[in-house]
Amino acid sequence: MIPEFGQLALALALCLALVQGTLPLVGAALGRADWMALARPAAAGQFVFVAMAFGALVYAFLSDDFSVLFVAQHSNSALPVFYKATAAWGGHEGSMLLWIVVLAFWTMAVAAGSRSQPQEFASRVLGVLGIVSAGVIAFAFFTSNPFMRLIPAPADGNDLNPLLQDPGMIFHPPTLYMGYVGVAVPFAFAVAALLTGRLDKDWAKWTRPWTVGAWIFLTAGITLGSWWAYYELGWGGWWFWDPVENSSFMPWLMATALLHSLAVTERRGIFKSWTVLLAIAAFSLSLLGTFLTRTGVMISVHAFASDPTRGLFILALLAFFTGGSLLLYAMRARNFEAEGGFKLVSRESFLLANNVLLVVAAGVVLFGTLAPLIVEALGLGTISVGPPYFNLMFLLPALPLVALIGVGMHTGWRSMPGDALVRRLRVPAVAGVVLGIATPFVFFDTASVLTVLAVSIALWVCASSLLDPIRRLVYRTGAPLTRGQVGMHLAHFGVGIFMLGATVTSAYNMERDFSARPGDTIAAGGYEFVFKSIREVQGPNFVAEEGEFELRSSGELVALLNPQIRTYQVQGSAMTEAAIDANGLRDVFVALGEPLGEGAWSVRLRVKPLIGFLWIGSALMALGGLVAITDRRYRVAARETRQGAAQPAPGAA
Amino acid sequence: MKSRTQRKLFIVAVLAGITLAGYFTYRALQENMLYFFSPTQIAAGEAPNRTFRLGGMVLAGSLKREPGTLNVSFVVTDNVHSVPVTYNRVLPDLFREGAGAVVIGRLNDSGEFVGEEVIAKHDEKYMPPEVADALEKARAAQGQ
Repeated sequence: MIPEFGQLALALALCLALVQGTLPLVGAALGRADWMALARPAAAGQFVFVAMAFGALVYAFLSDDFSVLFVAQHSNSALPVFYKATAAWGGHEGSMLLWIVVLAFWTMAVAAGSRSQPQEFASRVLGVLGIVSAGVIAFAFFTSNPFMRLIPAPADGNDLNPLLQDPGMIFHPPTLYMGYVGVAVPFAFAVAALLTGRLDKDWAKWTRPWTVGAWIFLTAGITLGSWWAYYELGWGGWWFWDPVENSSFMPWLMATALLHSLAVTERRGIFKSWTVLLAIAAFSLSLLGTFLTRTGVMISVHAFASDPTRGLFILALLAFFTGGSLLLYAMRARNFEAEGGFKLVSRESFLLANNVLLVVAAGVVLFGTLAPLIVEALGLGTISVGPPYFNLMFLLPALPLVALIGVGMHTGWRSMPGDALVRRLRVPAVAGVVLGIATPFVFFDTASVLTVLAVSIALWVCASSLLDPIRRLVYRTGAPLTRGQVGMHLAHFGVGIFMLGATVTSAYNMERDFSARPGDTIAAGGYEFVFKSIREVQGPNFVAEEGEFELRSSGELVALLNPQIRTYQVQGSAMTEAAIDANGLRDVFVALGEPLGEGAWSVRLRVKPLIGFLWIGSALMALGGLVAITDRRYRVAARETRQGAAQPAPGAA
Repeated sequence: MKSRTQRKLFIVAVLAGITLAGYFTYRALQENMLYFFSPTQIAAGEAPNRTFRLGGMVLAGSLKREPGTLNVSFVVTDNVHSVPVTYNRVLPDLFREGAGAVVIGRLNDSGEFVGEEVIAKHDEKYMPPEVADALEKARAAQGQ
């Protein structure tokens, strides 16, 4: 009964989404307040029904209801209860439902947070979100129903893919979806602005916190995914330029460009059309990512099973939303007038450069991701584009982008005298270059030109980000920093830390595979690895061969490492569980391979300097966004909202 | 950015940037594109003398290890033609005889494929589309 109940709830949610996607928009066009007033209750009702549907699916998993096809495919009675709940998004149908829940959540949040905005505008935003929601719910309902029955029910389920039986599964997908789906909110704001024909500083002020909010989740979600892949996949890599990674990274690049462009629109009332285009592009890339992931067109570690009707459906959605919004843009964007100009050396110029470079970076990634599809469609053979392309091409815009951050942060709006800027930035620039040249040689003996360049840029950005906070905290000069500024410095400091980690770990990692027997000692990467023993251990739903390694440095014991090879009983598949010793400055990574005969095992050893800086840097970026979002001007806007709600507007009675 | 000249200068700079970026992209893509070849295509002499991707089924019973070392050899087949492969790194978890696999590497003079990387999928039920396609083509060609 419960699964049918879930399906019914999804159908009702679809009806409410259709109401939310039509009447408020028509009402706004005709000026009918009663129709516009439907938007908020429809959004709330839709959230309730979507949550009920999701609850029904989780219930089916927790109660081992294998008469539901999706549960039978992705769960098993022996699965730990934690993973039974998370298995709800362990396959295509369930994760589509998670997509819908997250969208309904954002819609609810917008409904609650938009009360201070004119009704006409808020209704249009909610209306657009309603259309998006209706499209995606219809997609799930008609092509990917998670409540499909399997009669007769099997005695037990097929189990969750062992790779997904990891705490990463609890956090990574929901966080990533919050970001990925969250870019629908700035998209809805942009389309609403096009419909209204009005785009001003207020609009930018309303849109910006939502953009930053989605961006925080996207940043955190991608980082969690990268970290998970690093410790779970057993290869020791942290980014593979896999098509699916790319399809979350492209919206991130666009969202990053968008939040910088919004800063200009909010402060200066310019870059308006550009901001709208970025919002459309970010959401389109997010939909494109959904298409690439869920239709099997891509050869990827994340690929879901393929089904042509699904592909067509998502392509139609993509064409509708991207094409429709661009058409609207072509018709309306000329109404947006710039409210001022700026000089060459100014904050605006640097933010423009930031935007151009971020869009170029996204374009490079997009091209590399789609090239195999294009070549195949032209009948030129089957190709794949490997990491070397992305590593090289991404660096070209990324290096100047990061280098310019350090200057851009310290420029003023409108214009800035060049000599003042130089005076200000002398110290961090010299510090960055000197330390950038010295650091690699002091710690690692050798360095390539690229390494020195990248380390210098990373340290320069770190130093430049600390300039204002140090001036304020240590010397007590200058104006107090707003939370927006603190957030900016924090996030940019994070970019520097991330870049330092990425450069050093790529340039100086040690990766080697060995054949070893218990009792052997391997010297590699400045450490001795003593392979003590190997034994069998029993887990809840797997058996494992567990190796014991001593990690020694000049004879001193540093850590004990216990990598495992697990065999999951239901699917019979083997899984590598690497053992990692992290001390903040370097990770030592040991993974067992397979038995090689005569008592020998294959062993992967990795020493990765500064890899922790990747996660710390990304966390600082997300934290910076979080601090910025609590800035006074957004809180003031929220307070006005509450007061406005408490005192009915004159004439309302 | 008030004056006309400045605006024109800006547009020229942007266009130059785009052209340069396009050129670099093209070059990088040419150097880093990996073509896919099936055993049948290799037998027909279509495979290039550079790194490419070989895909097919790992022939059951063909996996041989040199005891105590990382060196392995196996045979990749599309059920019509076969290619012997050698490899000396750790095989991925989901590598199985009788299952689909994609190997990146190049052919040596004696017609052996020297693998640099074996690509494994997250899901062992999952067949790489290019392998499924190659098997289908080989089957169709044989049927004629």
